[in-house]
Amino acid sequence: MIQTSLRKALHAATGPMTLDIQLDVLTGEFLAITGASGSGKTTLLRLLAGLEKPEEGRILVDGTVWLDSARGIQLPIQDRRVGLVFQEYALFPNMTVRENLEYGLGKGQSKAIIDELIGITELEQLLGRYPAKLSGGQQQRVALARALVRRPKLLLLDEPLSALDSRMRERLQNYILKVHQAFSLTTLLVSHDHREIFKLADRVISLKQGKISQPDLPETVQYANVSDGTFRLSGEVLQLEEAGSGFSISVLIGTNVLRVPARMEDLRRLQPGDRVEILVDTQHAMLIKT
Amino acid sequence: MDSGFAQTLLLTFQLAAVTTVLLLFIGVPLAFLLSRTQSRFKPILEALISMPLVLPPTVLGFYLLLAFSPRSALGNWLVETANIRLVFSFAGLVIGSLIYSLPFMVQPIQSGFESLPKHLREASYSLGKSVWQTLLRVELPNIKPAVLTGVVLAFAHTVGEFGVILMIGGNIPGETRVASIAIYDEVEALNYGIANQYALVLVLFAFAILALVYTINRRMLRTA
Repeated sequence: MIQTSLRKALHAATGPMTLDIQLDVLTGEFLAITGASGSGKTTLLRLLAGLEKPEEGRILVDGTVWLDSARGIQLPIQDRRVGLVFQEYALFPNMTVRENLEYGLGKGQSKAIIDELIGITELEQLLGRYPAKLSGGQQQRVALARALVRRPKLLLLDEPLSALDSRMRERLQNYILKVHQAFSLTTLLVSHDHREIFKLADRVISLKQGKISQPDLPETVQYANVSDGTFRLSGEVLQLEEAGSGFSISVLIGTNVLRVPARMEDLRRLQPGDRVEILVDTQHAMLIKT
Repeated sequence: MDSGFAQTLLLTFQLAAVTTVLLLFIGVPLAFLLSRTQSRFKPILEALISMPLVLPPTVLGFYLLLAFSPRSALGNWLVETANIRLVFSFAGLVIGSLIYSLPFMVQPIQSGFESLPKHLREASYSLGKSVWQTLLRVELPNIKPAVLTGVVLAFAHTVGEFGVILMIGGNIPGETRVASIAIYDEVEALNYGIANQYALVLVLFAFAILALVYTINRRMLRTA
Protein backbone atom coordinates (compact mmCIF):
# COMPACT_ATOMS: atom_id res chain seq x y z
CA MET A 1 0.00 0.00 0.00
CA ILE A 2 1.29 3.42 -0.94
CA GLN A 3 -0.18 6.36 0.89
CA THR A 4 0.70 9.83 -0.24
CA SER A 5 -0.30 13.30 0.65
CA LEU A 6 1.60 16.00 -1.18
CA ARG A 7 1.46 19.75 -1.56
CA LYS A 8 3.71 21.85 -3.76
CA ALA A 9 3.42 25.24 -5.43
CA LEU A 10 3.99 25.02 -9.18
CA HIS A 11 4.53 27.51 -11.92
CA ALA A 12 2.72 26.03 -14.87
CA ALA A 13 2.48 27.64 -18.29
CA THR A 14 -1.01 28.74 -17.33
CA GLY A 15 0.23 30.51 -14.20
CA PRO A 16 0.88 29.58 -10.60
CA MET A 17 -1.07 26.72 -9.07
CA THR A 18 -0.84 24.38 -6.14
CA LEU A 19 -0.43 20.67 -6.52
CA ASP A 20 -2.47 19.17 -3.71
CA ILE A 21 -2.92 15.44 -3.86
CA GLN A 22 -4.08 12.72 -1.50
CA LEU A 23 -3.67 9.36 -3.16
CA ASP A 24 -3.63 5.78 -1.97
CA VAL A 25 -2.44 3.07 -4.31
CA LEU A 26 -2.80 -0.61 -3.52
CA THR A 27 0.23 -2.86 -3.77
CA GLY A 28 0.14 -4.52 -7.16
CA GLU A 29 -2.25 -1.96 -8.58
CA PHE A 30 -1.81 -0.47 -12.05
CA LEU A 31 -2.88 3.14 -11.81
CA ALA A 32 -3.14 5.46 -14.79
CA ILE A 33 -2.89 9.21 -14.38
CA THR A 34 -4.33 11.42 -17.04
CA GLY A 35 -5.05 15.12 -17.38
CA ALA A 36 -4.19 18.12 -19.51
CA SER A 37 -0.56 19.11 -19.90
CA GLY A 38 0.55 21.29 -17.01
CA SER A 39 -1.93 19.66 -14.63
CA GLY A 40 0.86 18.24 -12.46
CA LYS A 41 1.05 14.62 -13.62
CA THR A 42 4.79 14.57 -14.18
CA THR A 43 5.42 16.51 -10.97
CA LEU A 44 3.44 13.91 -9.04
CA LEU A 45 5.70 11.15 -10.39
CA ARG A 46 8.82 13.22 -9.69
CA LEU A 47 7.69 13.82 -6.12
CA LEU A 48 7.14 10.10 -5.63
CA ALA A 49 10.54 9.31 -7.13
CA GLY A 50 12.28 11.89 -4.96
CA LEU A 51 13.41 14.05 -7.86
CA GLU A 52 11.48 16.98 -6.42
CA LYS A 53 10.65 18.14 -2.96
CA PRO A 54 7.17 19.09 -1.83
CA GLU A 55 6.50 21.98 0.53
CA GLU A 56 4.57 19.60 2.67
CA GLY A 57 3.73 15.95 2.49
CA ARG A 58 4.04 12.33 3.44
CA ILE A 59 4.80 9.25 1.40
CA LEU A 60 4.40 5.88 3.04
CA VAL A 61 5.26 2.76 1.05
CA ASP A 62 4.39 -0.59 2.62
CA GLY A 63 4.93 0.90 6.06
CA THR A 64 8.27 2.55 5.18
CA VAL A 65 8.40 6.33 5.37
CA TRP A 66 9.86 7.78 2.17
CA LEU A 67 8.91 11.31 3.02
CA ASP A 68 7.53 13.08 6.02
CA SER A 69 8.00 16.81 5.92
CA ALA A 70 6.66 17.22 9.47
CA ARG A 71 9.43 14.98 10.82
CA GLY A 72 12.03 16.19 8.33
CA ILE A 73 12.40 12.80 6.67
CA GLN A 74 13.26 12.84 2.99
CA LEU A 75 14.64 9.63 1.54
CA PRO A 76 16.90 10.38 -1.43
CA ILE A 77 15.90 8.87 -4.76
CA GLN A 78 18.78 6.38 -4.50
CA ASP A 79 17.16 4.79 -1.44
CA ARG A 80 13.57 4.75 -2.68
CA ARG A 81 13.64 1.75 -4.99
CA VAL A 82 11.64 3.24 -7.83
CA GLY A 83 11.89 2.32 -11.48
CA LEU A 84 11.71 5.32 -13.76
CA VAL A 85 10.90 5.34 -17.45
CA PHE A 86 10.81 8.64 -19.32
CA GLN A 87 9.30 9.48 -22.67
CA GLU A 88 12.83 10.25 -23.91
CA TYR A 89 14.18 6.77 -22.97
CA ALA A 90 17.24 8.28 -21.23
CA LEU A 91 19.55 5.39 -22.06
CA PHE A 92 23.23 6.11 -21.42
CA PRO A 93 24.72 6.72 -24.89
CA ASN A 94 28.20 5.62 -23.81
CA MET A 95 27.05 2.13 -22.85
CA THR A 96 25.77 -0.84 -24.85
CA VAL A 97 22.37 -2.31 -24.08
CA ARG A 98 23.93 -4.90 -21.79
CA GLU A 99 26.05 -2.27 -20.04
CA ASN A 100 22.99 -0.08 -19.57
CA LEU A 101 21.26 -2.96 -17.83
CA GLU A 102 24.27 -3.98 -15.74
CA TYR A 103 24.76 -0.38 -14.63
CA GLY A 104 21.56 -0.76 -12.62
CA LEU A 105 22.88 -3.68 -10.56
CA GLY A 106 23.39 -2.94 -6.89
CA LYS A 107 26.57 -3.91 -5.05
CA GLY A 108 26.77 -7.68 -4.86
CA GLN A 109 23.46 -8.16 -6.67
CA SER A 110 23.30 -11.30 -8.77
CA LYS A 111 23.28 -10.93 -12.55
CA ALA A 112 20.44 -13.42 -12.82
CA ILE A 113 17.91 -10.59 -12.89
CA ILE A 114 19.53 -9.22 -16.06
CA ASP A 115 19.07 -12.48 -17.95
CA GLU A 116 15.52 -12.74 -16.72
CA LEU A 117 14.74 -9.21 -17.94
CA ILE A 118 16.48 -9.79 -21.27
CA GLY A 119 14.23 -12.83 -21.73
CA ILE A 120 11.02 -11.04 -20.81
CA THR A 121 11.66 -7.99 -22.98
CA GLU A 122 13.30 -10.04 -25.77
CA LEU A 123 16.50 -8.04 -25.98
CA GLU A 124 18.80 -10.97 -26.83
CA GLN A 125 19.63 -9.66 -30.30
CA LEU A 126 20.37 -6.11 -29.15
CA LEU A 127 22.74 -6.61 -26.22
CA GLY A 128 25.92 -5.43 -27.97
CA ARG A 129 24.39 -2.37 -29.60
CA TYR A 130 24.64 1.23 -28.52
CA PRO A 131 21.41 3.21 -27.96
CA ALA A 132 22.06 5.39 -31.02
CA LYS A 133 21.67 2.28 -33.17
CA LEU A 134 18.27 1.32 -31.76
CA SER A 135 14.77 2.31 -32.84
CA GLY A 136 12.55 4.23 -30.43
CA GLY A 137 10.61 1.11 -29.50
CA GLN A 138 13.78 -0.89 -28.88
CA GLN A 139 15.23 1.90 -26.74
CA GLN A 140 12.10 2.03 -24.64
CA ARG A 141 12.19 -1.74 -24.13
CA VAL A 142 15.75 -1.40 -22.84
CA ALA A 143 14.72 1.51 -20.62
CA LEU A 144 11.86 -0.56 -19.22
CA ALA A 145 14.16 -3.51 -18.51
CA ARG A 146 16.81 -1.23 -16.97
CA ALA A 147 14.24 0.34 -14.65
CA LEU A 148 13.52 -3.10 -13.20
CA VAL A 149 17.08 -4.29 -12.54
CA ARG A 150 16.98 -3.07 -8.96
CA ARG A 151 13.66 -4.85 -8.39
CA PRO A 152 11.81 -1.66 -7.53
CA LYS A 153 8.59 -1.65 -5.56
CA LEU A 154 7.19 1.14 -7.61
CA LEU A 155 7.38 1.56 -11.38
CA LEU A 156 6.81 5.11 -12.61
CA LEU A 157 6.12 5.53 -16.32
CA ASP A 158 5.96 9.11 -17.59
CA GLU A 159 4.26 9.00 -20.99
CA PRO A 160 6.62 6.21 -21.98
CA LEU A 161 4.99 5.44 -25.30
CA SER A 162 3.84 8.78 -26.66
CA ALA A 163 6.84 9.14 -28.97
CA LEU A 164 6.11 5.80 -30.66
CA ASP A 165 3.83 4.86 -33.53
CA SER A 166 0.68 2.93 -32.77
CA ARG A 167 1.96 -0.53 -33.71
CA MET A 168 5.08 -0.13 -31.59
CA ARG A 169 2.95 1.26 -28.80
CA GLU A 170 0.77 -1.80 -28.73
CA ARG A 171 3.77 -4.13 -28.53
CA LEU A 172 5.27 -2.15 -25.69
CA GLN A 173 1.99 -2.09 -23.81
CA ASN A 174 2.19 -5.87 -23.81
CA TYR A 175 5.72 -5.77 -22.38
CA ILE A 176 4.62 -3.32 -19.69
CA LEU A 177 1.72 -5.53 -18.72
CA LYS A 178 4.02 -8.56 -18.71
CA VAL A 179 6.58 -7.05 -16.34
CA HIS A 180 3.89 -5.51 -14.14
CA GLN A 181 2.55 -8.99 -13.53
CA ALA A 182 5.85 -10.90 -13.54
CA PHE A 183 7.42 -8.67 -10.88
CA SER A 184 4.22 -7.92 -8.93
CA LEU A 185 4.89 -4.23 -9.37
CA THR A 186 2.84 -1.30 -8.30
CA THR A 187 2.79 0.79 -11.46
CA LEU A 188 1.86 4.40 -12.09
CA LEU A 189 1.46 5.38 -15.71
CA VAL A 190 1.02 8.89 -17.03
CA SER A 191 -0.79 8.70 -20.32
CA HIS A 192 -3.13 10.63 -22.58
CA ASP A 193 -4.13 7.63 -24.60
CA HIS A 194 -7.49 6.30 -23.48
CA ARG A 195 -7.03 3.02 -25.27
CA GLU A 196 -3.72 2.52 -23.54
CA ILE A 197 -5.22 3.33 -20.18
CA PHE A 198 -8.08 0.91 -20.57
CA LYS A 199 -5.82 -1.81 -21.82
CA LEU A 200 -3.34 -1.51 -18.96
CA ALA A 201 -4.79 0.15 -15.90
CA ASP A 202 -6.91 -1.14 -13.05
CA ARG A 203 -7.89 2.37 -12.14
CA VAL A 204 -7.51 5.84 -13.56
CA ILE A 205 -7.35 9.24 -11.93
CA SER A 206 -7.40 12.56 -13.67
CA LEU A 207 -5.51 15.65 -12.56
CA LYS A 208 -6.85 19.10 -13.11
CA GLN A 209 -4.92 22.18 -11.95
CA GLY A 210 -2.92 20.06 -9.55
CA LYS A 211 -5.91 18.31 -7.94
CA ILE A 212 -7.44 14.91 -8.48
CA SER A 213 -10.73 15.22 -10.30
CA GLN A 214 -13.17 12.69 -11.61
CA PRO A 215 -11.96 11.38 -14.93
CA ASP A 216 -13.42 13.56 -17.63
CA LEU A 217 -15.63 11.36 -19.70
CA PRO A 218 -14.29 11.63 -23.21
CA GLU A 219 -17.82 11.49 -24.55
CA THR A 220 -21.13 12.30 -22.99
CA VAL A 221 -23.58 9.48 -23.17
CA GLN A 222 -26.83 10.51 -24.71
CA TYR A 223 -29.56 8.97 -22.71
CA ALA A 224 -32.71 7.35 -23.90
CA ASN A 225 -34.16 8.98 -26.88
CA VAL A 226 -37.75 8.17 -26.08
CA SER A 227 -39.20 9.18 -29.38
CA ASP A 228 -37.58 6.33 -31.30
CA GLY A 229 -37.12 4.03 -28.34
CA THR A 230 -33.30 3.71 -28.43
CA PHE A 231 -30.25 4.64 -26.36
CA ARG A 232 -27.58 6.35 -28.36
CA LEU A 233 -24.10 5.70 -27.05
CA SER A 234 -21.34 7.49 -28.86
CA GLY A 235 -17.76 6.37 -28.62
CA GLU A 236 -14.53 5.50 -30.31
CA VAL A 237 -13.56 2.28 -32.04
CA LEU A 238 -10.66 0.62 -30.21
CA GLN A 239 -10.22 -2.69 -31.91
CA LEU A 240 -11.68 -4.95 -34.55
CA GLU A 241 -11.36 -8.64 -33.86
CA GLU A 242 -12.62 -12.05 -34.71
CA ALA A 243 -15.04 -13.52 -32.21
CA GLY A 244 -15.85 -17.13 -32.89
CA SER A 245 -17.47 -17.37 -36.27
CA GLY A 246 -18.21 -13.64 -36.49
CA PHE A 247 -16.49 -10.41 -35.67
CA SER A 248 -16.65 -7.94 -32.84
CA ILE A 249 -15.72 -4.33 -32.38
CA SER A 250 -14.53 -2.89 -29.08
CA VAL A 251 -15.90 0.58 -28.55
CA LEU A 252 -14.74 2.94 -25.84
CA ILE A 253 -17.72 4.72 -24.33
CA GLY A 254 -17.00 7.01 -21.43
CA THR A 255 -14.79 4.91 -19.21
CA ASN A 256 -16.17 1.58 -20.40
CA VAL A 257 -15.31 -0.66 -23.28
CA LEU A 258 -18.27 -2.32 -24.99
CA ARG A 259 -17.75 -5.24 -27.29
CA VAL A 260 -20.33 -5.12 -30.04
CA PRO A 261 -20.98 -7.86 -32.59
CA ALA A 262 -20.16 -6.68 -36.08
CA ARG A 263 -20.82 -7.59 -39.65
CA MET A 264 -18.25 -8.00 -42.37
CA GLU A 265 -19.17 -4.67 -43.99
CA ASP A 266 -18.72 -2.87 -40.65
CA LEU A 267 -15.19 -4.17 -40.53
CA ARG A 268 -14.47 -2.84 -43.99
CA ARG A 269 -15.81 0.59 -43.18
CA LEU A 270 -14.30 1.03 -39.74
CA GLN A 271 -10.86 1.33 -38.28
CA PRO A 272 -9.54 2.06 -34.79
CA GLY A 273 -10.05 5.69 -33.88
CA ASP A 274 -13.30 6.11 -35.84
CA ARG A 275 -16.24 7.65 -34.05
CA VAL A 276 -19.37 5.51 -33.91
CA GLU A 277 -22.77 5.46 -32.26
CA ILE A 278 -24.29 2.33 -30.79
CA LEU A 279 -28.04 2.16 -30.80
CA VAL A 280 -29.65 0.04 -28.10
CA ASP A 281 -33.31 -0.79 -28.02
CA THR A 282 -34.77 0.59 -24.76
CA GLN A 283 -37.37 -2.18 -24.67
CA HIS A 284 -34.69 -4.73 -23.96
CA ALA A 285 -32.88 -2.66 -21.37
CA MET A 286 -32.95 -4.11 -17.85
CA LEU A 287 -31.85 -2.66 -14.54
CA ILE A 288 -30.22 -4.92 -11.97
CA LYS A 289 -29.10 -3.75 -8.58
CA THR A 290 -25.46 -4.66 -7.91
CA MET B 1 69.20 24.80 -33.53
CA ASP B 2 70.91 26.00 -30.34
CA SER B 3 70.15 24.74 -26.87
CA GLY B 4 68.53 28.02 -25.87
CA PHE B 5 65.91 27.53 -28.58
CA ALA B 6 65.10 24.01 -27.44
CA GLN B 7 65.13 25.05 -23.79
CA THR B 8 62.67 27.86 -24.46
CA LEU B 9 60.27 25.65 -26.40
CA LEU B 10 60.53 22.93 -23.76
CA LEU B 11 59.74 25.44 -21.04
CA THR B 12 56.80 26.76 -23.05
CA PHE B 13 55.24 23.34 -23.39
CA GLN B 14 56.09 22.40 -19.81
CA LEU B 15 54.23 25.44 -18.57
CA ALA B 16 51.27 24.62 -20.80
CA ALA B 17 51.21 20.98 -19.73
CA VAL B 18 51.40 21.69 -16.00
CA THR B 19 48.76 24.40 -16.32
CA THR B 20 46.42 22.17 -18.34
CA VAL B 21 46.64 19.23 -15.95
CA LEU B 22 45.96 21.46 -12.96
CA LEU B 23 43.15 23.23 -14.82
CA LEU B 24 41.49 19.91 -15.58
CA PHE B 25 41.18 19.23 -11.86
CA ILE B 26 39.94 22.76 -11.18
CA GLY B 27 37.84 23.20 -14.30
CA VAL B 28 35.75 20.02 -14.26
CA PRO B 29 34.35 20.51 -10.73
CA LEU B 30 33.87 24.22 -11.38
CA ALA B 31 32.04 23.58 -14.67
CA PHE B 32 29.96 20.89 -12.96
CA LEU B 33 28.93 23.25 -10.16
CA LEU B 34 28.17 26.08 -12.57
CA SER B 35 26.01 23.82 -14.72
CA ARG B 36 23.99 22.77 -11.66
CA THR B 37 23.74 25.79 -9.44
CA GLN B 38 20.60 27.86 -9.28
CA SER B 39 22.29 30.40 -7.06
CA ARG B 40 21.81 34.05 -7.88
CA PHE B 41 25.57 34.46 -7.56
CA LYS B 42 26.11 32.28 -10.64
CA PRO B 43 26.42 35.27 -13.04
CA ILE B 44 28.98 36.85 -10.71
CA LEU B 45 31.08 33.69 -10.62
CA GLU B 46 30.78 33.25 -14.39
CA ALA B 47 31.85 36.86 -14.92
CA LEU B 48 34.87 36.39 -12.66
CA ILE B 49 35.98 33.25 -14.49
CA SER B 50 35.53 34.90 -17.88
CA MET B 51 37.33 38.16 -17.01
CA PRO B 52 40.63 37.06 -18.59
CA LEU B 53 38.79 36.82 -21.93
CA VAL B 54 38.23 40.56 -22.08
CA LEU B 55 40.89 42.09 -19.83
CA PRO B 56 44.22 43.07 -21.34
CA PRO B 57 46.66 40.44 -20.06
CA THR B 58 48.84 43.25 -18.75
CA VAL B 59 46.09 44.26 -16.32
CA LEU B 60 45.91 40.73 -14.94
CA GLY B 61 49.72 40.58 -14.87
CA PHE B 62 49.94 43.91 -13.12
CA TYR B 63 47.67 42.85 -10.25
CA LEU B 64 49.42 39.50 -9.95
CA LEU B 65 52.74 41.34 -9.82
CA LEU B 66 51.46 43.48 -6.97
CA ALA B 67 50.05 40.45 -5.14
CA PHE B 68 53.14 38.27 -5.60
CA SER B 69 55.65 40.98 -4.75
CA PRO B 70 57.52 40.26 -1.48
CA ARG B 71 56.50 43.76 -0.43
CA SER B 72 52.80 42.80 -0.52
CA ALA B 73 51.11 41.01 2.37
CA LEU B 74 50.52 37.81 0.37
CA GLY B 75 53.98 37.76 -1.22
CA ASN B 76 55.63 38.48 2.09
CA TRP B 77 53.65 35.76 3.84
CA LEU B 78 54.58 33.20 1.16
CA VAL B 79 58.29 34.05 1.43
CA GLU B 80 58.23 34.04 5.23
CA THR B 81 56.27 30.83 5.75
CA ALA B 82 57.10 28.64 2.76
CA ASN B 83 60.01 30.43 1.16
CA ILE B 84 58.06 30.60 -2.10
CA ARG B 85 58.79 33.50 -4.40
CA LEU B 86 56.17 33.80 -7.10
CA VAL B 87 57.50 36.82 -8.95
CA PHE B 88 59.92 35.93 -11.76
CA SER B 89 59.54 32.19 -11.12
CA PHE B 90 58.03 29.19 -12.89
CA ALA B 91 55.54 28.64 -10.04
CA GLY B 92 54.34 32.22 -10.46
CA LEU B 93 53.87 31.65 -14.19
CA VAL B 94 51.79 28.55 -13.49
CA ILE B 95 49.49 30.47 -11.17
CA GLY B 96 49.16 33.32 -13.65
CA SER B 97 48.42 30.84 -16.45
CA LEU B 98 45.82 29.04 -14.35
CA ILE B 99 43.83 32.24 -13.99
CA TYR B 100 44.48 33.35 -17.55
CA SER B 101 43.38 30.07 -19.20
CA LEU B 102 40.62 29.12 -16.77
CA PRO B 103 37.69 30.24 -18.99
CA PHE B 104 39.03 28.18 -21.88
CA MET B 105 38.80 25.05 -19.77
CA VAL B 106 35.57 25.85 -17.92
CA GLN B 107 33.35 27.14 -20.72
CA PRO B 108 33.38 24.14 -23.09
CA ILE B 109 33.00 21.67 -20.22
CA GLN B 110 30.19 23.69 -18.65
CA SER B 111 28.25 23.83 -21.91
CA GLY B 112 28.93 20.11 -22.32
CA PHE B 113 27.32 19.41 -18.94
CA GLU B 114 24.43 21.75 -19.75
CA SER B 115 23.77 20.05 -23.08
CA LEU B 116 23.26 16.66 -21.42
CA PRO B 117 19.56 15.87 -20.90
CA LYS B 118 18.81 15.91 -17.18
CA HIS B 119 16.94 12.63 -17.54
CA LEU B 120 20.28 10.85 -17.94
CA ARG B 121 21.41 11.72 -14.45
CA GLU B 122 17.94 11.23 -13.03
CA ALA B 123 17.82 7.73 -14.50
CA SER B 124 21.22 7.06 -12.95
CA TYR B 125 20.10 8.32 -9.53
CA SER B 126 16.98 6.18 -9.76
CA LEU B 127 19.26 3.19 -10.31
CA GLY B 128 20.79 3.89 -6.91
CA LYS B 129 23.93 5.63 -8.13
CA SER B 130 25.37 8.62 -6.26
CA VAL B 131 26.11 12.04 -7.74
CA TRP B 132 29.80 11.11 -7.86
CA GLN B 133 29.26 7.73 -9.58
CA THR B 134 26.90 9.40 -12.04
CA LEU B 135 29.48 12.08 -12.84
CA LEU B 136 32.26 9.58 -13.47
CA ARG B 137 30.34 6.85 -15.31
CA VAL B 138 27.55 8.70 -17.11
CA GLU B 139 28.15 12.43 -17.41
CA LEU B 140 31.89 12.76 -18.08
CA PRO B 141 32.04 9.87 -20.59
CA ASN B 142 29.21 11.48 -22.54
CA ILE B 143 30.87 14.89 -22.76
CA LYS B 144 34.33 13.62 -23.73
CA PRO B 145 34.53 15.89 -26.79
CA ALA B 146 33.76 18.93 -24.62
CA VAL B 147 36.45 17.94 -22.11
CA LEU B 148 38.94 17.37 -24.90
CA THR B 149 38.08 20.76 -26.41
CA GLY B 150 38.67 22.39 -23.02
CA VAL B 151 42.01 20.63 -22.61
CA VAL B 152 43.23 21.53 -26.07
CA LEU B 153 42.11 25.15 -25.86
CA ALA B 154 43.58 25.66 -22.37
CA PHE B 155 46.90 24.16 -23.52
CA ALA B 156 47.02 26.22 -26.69
CA HIS B 157 46.01 29.41 -24.95
CA THR B 158 48.74 28.95 -22.36
CA VAL B 159 51.31 28.43 -25.09
CA GLY B 160 50.20 31.72 -26.63
CA GLU B 161 50.38 33.66 -23.38
CA PHE B 162 52.46 36.85 -23.48
CA GLY B 163 51.28 39.82 -21.47
CA VAL B 164 50.82 38.12 -18.12
CA ILE B 165 54.21 36.43 -18.35
CA LEU B 166 55.91 39.62 -19.36
CA MET B 167 54.56 41.30 -16.24
CA ILE B 168 55.22 38.60 -13.62
CA GLY B 169 57.79 36.33 -15.19
CA GLY B 170 60.25 38.46 -17.00
CA ASN B 171 62.72 36.77 -19.30
CA ILE B 172 64.86 34.30 -17.35
CA PRO B 173 66.13 31.49 -19.62
CA GLY B 174 65.03 28.06 -18.37
CA GLU B 175 62.82 29.60 -15.72
CA THR B 176 60.39 32.09 -17.25
CA ARG B 177 61.53 32.67 -20.83
CA VAL B 178 58.78 31.13 -22.97
CA ALA B 179 58.45 31.23 -26.76
CA SER B 180 56.23 34.30 -27.05
CA ILE B 181 58.59 36.29 -24.82
CA ALA B 182 61.60 34.99 -26.75
CA ILE B 183 60.15 36.23 -30.05
CA TYR B 184 59.67 39.72 -28.61
CA ASP B 185 63.16 39.64 -27.15
CA GLU B 186 64.86 38.42 -30.36
CA VAL B 187 63.07 41.05 -32.45
CA GLU B 188 64.19 43.73 -30.00
CA ALA B 189 67.72 42.44 -30.51
CA LEU B 190 67.14 42.37 -34.31
CA ASN B 191 67.67 38.58 -34.44
CA TYR B 192 64.92 38.11 -37.00
CA GLY B 193 66.10 34.62 -37.94
CA ILE B 194 65.58 33.10 -34.49
CA ALA B 195 62.35 35.05 -34.00
CA ASN B 196 61.19 33.52 -37.26
CA GLN B 197 61.93 29.99 -36.03
CA TYR B 198 59.93 30.53 -32.85
CA ALA B 199 57.09 32.15 -34.76
CA LEU B 200 56.93 29.34 -37.30
CA VAL B 201 56.76 26.69 -34.57
CA LEU B 202 53.91 28.57 -32.90
CA VAL B 203 52.02 29.05 -36.18
CA LEU B 204 52.26 25.34 -37.02
CA PHE B 205 51.31 24.42 -33.48
CA ALA B 206 48.28 26.72 -33.45
CA PHE B 207 47.08 25.40 -36.79
CA ALA B 208 47.49 21.75 -35.76
CA ILE B 209 45.67 22.26 -32.51
CA LEU B 210 42.71 24.12 -34.04
CA ALA B 211 42.40 21.54 -36.84
CA LEU B 212 42.27 18.89 -34.12
CA VAL B 213 39.51 20.68 -32.21
CA TYR B 214 37.37 21.15 -35.30
CA THR B 215 37.87 17.51 -36.28
CA ILE B 216 36.73 16.39 -32.85
CA ASN B 217 33.70 18.68 -32.99
CA ARG B 218 32.73 17.44 -36.42
CA ARG B 219 32.95 13.84 -35.33
CA MET B 220 30.88 14.67 -32.28
CA LEU B 221 28.18 16.21 -34.48
CA ARG B 222 28.14 13.18 -36.71
CA THR B 223 27.68 10.67 -33.89
CA ALA B 224 25.21 12.77 -31.90
